[in-house]
Amino acid sequence: MWPAVLVASALAFLTKWAGHLLPEAVLDRPLVRRSAALLPIALLAALTAVQTCWSPTGFTLDARAAGVGAAVVALLLRAPFLVVVLSAAATAAILRALGWG
Amino acid sequence: MTGATTPSAAPDGPRARDSIAARALSIGVAVGAYAVSFGAISVAAGLDVLQTQALSALLFSGASQFAFVGVVAAGGGFVAAVATAALLGLRNGLYGLHLARVLTAPPPGGGRLRGWRRAGAAHFTIDESTAMAMAHEPDVAATRRAFWATGWSVFLLWNLGTLLGAVGAASLADPAVLGLDAAIPAGFLALLWPRLVDRSAWALALVAAVGALLLAPVLRPGVPVIAGAALAVGGALLLERRSAA
Repeated sequence: MWPAVLVASALAFLTKWAGHLLPEAVLDRPLVRRSAALLPIALLAALTAVQTCWSPTGFTLDARAAGVGAAVVALLLRAPFLVVVLSAAATAAILRALGWG
Repeated sequence: MTGATTPSAAPDGPRARDSIAARALSIGVAVGAYAVSFGAISVAAGLDVLQTQALSALLFSGASQFAFVGVVAAGGGFVAAVATAALLGLRNGLYGLHLARVLTAPPPGGGRLRGWRRAGAAHFTIDESTAMAMAHEPDVAATRRAFWATGWSVFLLWNLGTLLGAVGAASLADPAVLGLDAAIPAGFLALLWPRLVDRSAWALALVAAVGALLLAPVLRPGVPVIAGAALAVGGALLLERRSAA
């Protein structure tokens, strides 16, 4: 695990540093700018989908999906980040305690 | 951004300084609370407390850290975890590009940041510090103070929150029973939510999500996320290019 932690950290710093260091012409192109704006949306959406309803056995709608449903409600109510995450965890935990998912 | 020498409309007196410090602190507190959930999720994903803390101290970019531990938790390989985190961090490079321009000292002591200060500025180049700095342009002095105050506040409270969450989760029993596996996608969704500002953002998110799920049966864990996102972004760029032509 340590090599992955350190390589990810090094890449994160080098990306930030490159912005401060490199001449603008290298990074400041429309394609680079647009990709950097779109990538977080696409990656976060893909991560949400896979981690909500994919398990080693295939497509699954279980307590996790119910928890994320609770998170959607919290987001619609403009709850802060910690409340969103806690409502998902609590919903999933309660459903499991009741023997579902 | 060029009006560095002209006085800004807002007076740069003690009150303005107080309000920058107060806002930086309140951003730090909010981010610190979310770091508690990151620390807990990271330990639940199988990292130990020290590795979790290393991510917050060294990687120091919330979405990338969540992605890293999320991919690890889902059984994705280290390469997929590193690649997903690195791709999510690309936007920080563009923030740095912008900040390098606005963090220059006002004349006559002008010029870009050097050495350790530049390395520190790079490390602190994240969503919150960039947004706070940009909110104070074109007043160079206020912009710089907002950047550094927010950077320090978020860095310290993010790491403190991480420690609390990691130590707390390390003392708990089975994380699945506690629903921490539902907290991971909820965290991603909360990071995604404010970015869904228009219909094209929703369309992009939907294509990436469906693409990743369709690819999940045929690719190794961790890879479908990158592949689905790459397909969606590639498609969006092609569509934009065609409609611009």
